[in-house]
Amino acid sequence: MTRTIVNGVAPPSVASRLLKGIVLTIACGLVILPFVGVFSTSISSSEAVTKAGGFLLLPSGVNFDAYASILSGGVVSRALVVSVVVTAVGTILSLFVTTLIGYALSRPGTFAHKPILLTVLFSLLFTPGLIPVYLMVKEVGLLDSYAALIVPSMVSAFNIIVVRAFFGGIPAELIESAKIDGASEWQIFTRISLPLSKAVLAVIGLFYAVGYWNSFFNALLYLNDSAKWPLQMILRSYVLQNNQLAAADLGAVSEALPPQESLQMAILVISIVPILLVYPFLQKHFAKGVLTGAVKG
Amino acid sequence: MSAHTAGHVAEPEVNDDGYAPVGNSSDVGHGKPKRPQERRSPTTGAVRRSWFERLRRDKTLLLFALPALTLIIAFHYIPLLGNVIAFKDYQPYLGIADSPWVGLQNFEILFAGDPAFLNAIKNTLVLTFIQTVLVFPMPIMLALLLNSLLSERLKRLAQSILYLPHFLSWVIVVAVFQQTLGGSGLLNNFLRSNGLPTFDVIGNTDFFVALLTSQVIWKDTGWATILFLAVLSQIDSSLYEAAAVDGAGRWGQLWHITLPGLRGIIILLLILRLGDSLSVGFEQIILQQAAAGIDASEVLDTYVYNNGVVGGNWGLSAAVGLVKGVIGVVLVLGANKLAHVFGEQGVYQK
Repeated sequence: MTRTIVNGVAPPSVASRLLKGIVLTIACGLVILPFVGVFSTSISSSEAVTKAGGFLLLPSGVNFDAYASILSGGVVSRALVVSVVVTAVGTILSLFVTTLIGYALSRPGTFAHKPILLTVLFSLLFTPGLIPVYLMVKEVGLLDSYAALIVPSMVSAFNIIVVRAFFGGIPAELIESAKIDGASEWQIFTRISLPLSKAVLAVIGLFYAVGYWNSFFNALLYLNDSAKWPLQMILRSYVLQNNQLAAADLGAVSEALPPQESLQMAILVISIVPILLVYPFLQKHFAKGVLTGAVKG
Repeated sequence: MSAHTAGHVAEPEVNDDGYAPVGNSSDVGHGKPKRPQERRSPTTGAVRRSWFERLRRDKTLLLFALPALTLIIAFHYIPLLGNVIAFKDYQPYLGIADSPWVGLQNFEILFAGDPAFLNAIKNTLVLTFIQTVLVFPMPIMLALLLNSLLSERLKRLAQSILYLPHFLSWVIVVAVFQQTLGGSGLLNNFLRSNGLPTFDVIGNTDFFVALLTSQVIWKDTGWATILFLAVLSQIDSSLYEAAAVDGAGRWGQLWHITLPGLRGIIILLLILRLGDSLSVGFEQIILQQAAAGIDASEVLDTYVYNNGVVGGNWGLSAAVGLVKGVIGVVLVLGANKLAHVFGEQGVYQK
């Protein structure tokens, strides 16, 4: 396949292949190097960090004190728990309501099918604006509650369209025969449609999960109480705004804290790692997921 | 129950739009059919039932749709109606209904030329211009580069790396940039240790636009190639062979086959971009506003946030948000019309 004539034209010259290689290497390097630096700084000793003046590209005097400090209780650990719980609960709820309506909308000819579908579609075109949504959240009493991190962003119309397109591809005969055998809609949904759609459920679930994990603005907007902050807000406070972490903020294991730089980078690392863990799964499926939405939506 | 009232607001639009409803309104029009079993749809030949029968038959499915529908109505359509506070002097303790009407008073700022507002508009338009002219073509070029790689494995490896930043939050991206380009970051530590003058990009107002642009490029260029690559993979390879027979070289093929093949998707994305042209990286900017200063960094979205949620000028910021939303919809519809005029498909068909 390679090194042969493709599309009727001879393969590119060595010079042009080299140029492409250089461009791609630089692009990939620009993506990877900052991460290497972040990780290196988080595991370096305080002498090395002080000597370098802050940020290190390669680790020196490797130790994991920074992680021990932030994970042994205190504000960062609490924020981590908040983020994990919000992400888990939010993703399950989002998947549940999205697949339910996706299933209902995948059955044309039902009562009020078109109005419901258009209500979903039009919400993609008209965005209500920040202030009215904020007042709505306030009005229903969600301010300063964990629910404010989940409920307003629980369904995505785009994901409903993707799920609906996928369910619509399940042969109607299969559903008809299940009905003849006396299955209820709930049984058809849970025993036929969901098991046949594992791939699309995985993609959508992961997209929801990444969304919840990364969401910072909902917390900034709706939570005044810093004790309820998720990890992204902690990241903003201690890394971006450079607030200093004191021993009292952490479940201090020793008198001497690791350098602030290392603590900051350790917080950054624990907020990136979950994304890196799900990334291979996301990648396996996302081309498919994005395309179904783009083509059929 | 209020959810249901609001639900009906959307329905007239539906029918006015010329979409033939599947059954409910026409069935109602027929009154009581004597023998419903014999009324058959002219198109499908299926038996038509009365709307009440269909409601009873489909009640489980309607129940399935209810939770998501309620959420969309509550956090989308009701807030759309909540925009009425743009015409009111909203007082939090009075609530939306009891706050006094003030007519167009909140909109006066749009015409009175408040310097802070004009500055926000100027910054927004500058960023939109740069993001359309400079940032938009980048993923197209990267997709062409990736597409021209002969080794499938190398291509996949590069994609895995380049897609990754898209999945990181803005907080992480801004933090990574600060650590790399800030006063004690990677770049300046390197410069300092080599006795060169340092160069703090983060705290410098003059570089703020450049900084925002490079962050957007870093985060989303890789991911944005995904649609272009999908379209490129669907271009019929016999077209390339035919072009080669006609004497087209590599560049000739690019110009006469590849780029025309991408035309549809480029126009589609430009239309969507146009509709978003008054929204420029809200989260990204709000995170960096303290470092860059209000003058350099205030855009329309942050103006709404700072004046409304932070400053308590609810009516005024809702008015600005409403005008922004309306202009966005008009731009999308207008651009879509333009695309139809030029014989392209656009976002939706007529």
